[in-house]
Amino acid sequence: MSAPAAKTEGLFDCREAWVATLEALAAADDRIVVVVNDSVGSSKLNSFQKKFPDRTINVGIAEQCMVGVGAGLANGGRIPFVSAAGCFLTGRALEQVKADVVYAGFNVKLVGQSSGVAYGELGPTHHSIEDFAWLRTLVNLTVIAPADAWETAEAIKWAAAHEGPVYLRLSRMPVPNLEVANRVFRAGKAELLREGAEATIIACGTTVHRAVAAADLLLAEGIAARVLNMATINPQDEEAVLAAAAQTGAIVTVEEASVRGGLGGAVAELTSAHQPVPVERVGFPGFVPTGSVEWLFNEYGLSRDGIAAATRRAIQRSGR
Amino acid sequence: MTLTNDPAAKIRDKALWMRRRAFRMVFEAQQGHPGGDFSATDIMATLFFGVMKYDPARPDWPDRDRFIMSKGHATGALYTVLSAAGYFPEDWLATYMQPKSRLSGHPNRNYLPGIETNTGPLGHGLPVATGIAIAGQLTGAAYRTFVLTGDGEMQEGSNWEAAMTAGNRKLRNLTWIVDRNRLQQGAGTEETNGLDPLDKKFEAFGWDVALVDGHDAAALLQVLSAAPGDRPRAVIANTVKGKGVSFMENKANWHHGVPNAEQFAQAMKELV
Ligand SMILES: Cc1ncc(C[n+]2csc(CCOP(=O)(O)OP(=O)(O)O)c2C)c(N)n1
Ligand SMILES: [Mg+2]
Repeated sequence: MSAPAAKTEGLFDCREAWVATLEALAAADDRIVVVVNDSVGSSKLNSFQKKFPDRTINVGIAEQCMVGVGAGLANGGRIPFVSAAGCFLTGRALEQVKADVVYAGFNVKLVGQSSGVAYGELGPTHHSIEDFAWLRTLVNLTVIAPADAWETAEAIKWAAAHEGPVYLRLSRMPVPNLEVANRVFRAGKAELLREGAEATIIACGTTVHRAVAAADLLLAEGIAARVLNMATINPQDEEAVLAAAAQTGAIVTVEEASVRGGLGGAVAELTSAHQPVPVERVGFPGFVPTGSVEWLFNEYGLSRDGIAAATRRAIQRSGR
Repeated sequence: MTLTNDPAAKIRDKALWMRRRAFRMVFEAQQGHPGGDFSATDIMATLFFGVMKYDPARPDWPDRDRFIMSKGHATGALYTVLSAAGYFPEDWLATYMQPKSRLSGHPNRNYLPGIETNTGPLGHGLPVATGIAIAGQLTGAAYRTFVLTGDGEMQEGSNWEAAMTAGNRKLRNLTWIVDRNRLQQGAGTEETNGLDPLDKKFEAFGWDVALVDGHDAAALLQVLSAAPGDRPRAVIANTVKGKGVSFMENKANWHHGVPNAEQFAQAMKELV
């Protein structure tokens, strides 16, 4: 396997890719509507609302109603993108997501904005770090956390074309574009960013570019770590995870989420059942103190150095 | 400072201090929700400096009157009123939203005395306040429970579930104050998902209703300290979002707007 080259440069707010893509899709397909909870501005949908006022349904501060309305719109043949801060979309309306969208099987696109700890100082009520664990148990819900602006746009296009419920977990945290040669978005498939045989770093969303930086740091020390962008959390790319376990013998998972039940949980469940290897989970241990996003990332090791340190620990534990 | 025994004058002094101090917190943190701080300030100053029984040295005193800040984003108003009431030293306010600060963007009862419950997600305060009032009813305690919600916040169904519960249970010890500034995060309440006629809705749910100018300390004092009737009481406090600073008043973008140095200086000139 030859590793595609991945470079990083400049920083982008992926919400711009989200709106530009959605507006283009909506212009071509009048079934596309958005449903929001007083979140037009925070979802960057002001220009969408101007262009498509009738297709912008703002139910006010009422997330349970919002998700139910999304299911109803799908019943009526629309393709709703239900967009709200990730914390309220998934936490407040969890039963509507479970029963009205996934169990009922409606073609609803749930879009969690400013997910993870993007609202740093606003505290755990506004953090969305439990969403992976909650939503990953809903088997028919595709859960995608794009790593950069390109992947955000591709994931939105894929979601619009896909018949079935999707949760897109977006962030407002600026990230660099990953430069990958001949890049193709494949839902449900891990993307290889760095090849290596001594450990595998599996990351998603805002942490992917940090995982790449950690792998580059390790390589300078003579440690070759594989890096997988696991944008699709659910369903898991089991083949890629089991291959990583078998071929590299040590795994590090990195997610802007709780270490319980999310990407790390999924990888640990799978490997412990089929290919046991040490798994170091980088993420948040639970409710975190107040602080800026960068402070939180550094404090909890979601940084280049923190990920590199976790990788060294995993390799040491593997005893290879 | 005015030297007077007029209770409304004391409340106005406290409110002025709160607005100035809260705006400095927002300016220094470059974060916060100053519009909603300012619409709520006079209501909260009235409760803490004219209406409620509490002892800052004993925040867990069982007979204290309870204040629940359901619009938890307005921590500028909440932290300044609690500090002015003596719950914690004023210099803690300078740590607003700093890493590991007790003064998080939304209030946490485990970090600070005087906070009855954690809020931030809207539509949580009234159900919790209803539980506190039921506990008081069960034990025959004399305390009163006051809960402040936003108006946009009332679009959350949980409020109406609690309103029904409190109305049916005739929770006379419960007072719900709505900060009726007619704006929510992105736009006006009526253009988003209209609430009017609020008074008729409350009456239909079994509540007594009072209307008051939410910036008139004397009027607030009268309404909020009136003896309980035989049903829960809803007070619709008509307010102005951003009240007290000319360029902020009635402007949706000051919901979570933050001042630059020039705007901060201008506000300090006006808040006198
Ligand atoms: C459940 C939930 N949904 C959305 C938000 C985001 N949010 C914070 S404040 C706000 C607007 C609140 O408006 P209002 O209740 O009128 O408060 P005020 O005008 O007094 O600031 C919104 C939508 C939230 N905090 N909680
Ligand atoms: Mg309001």
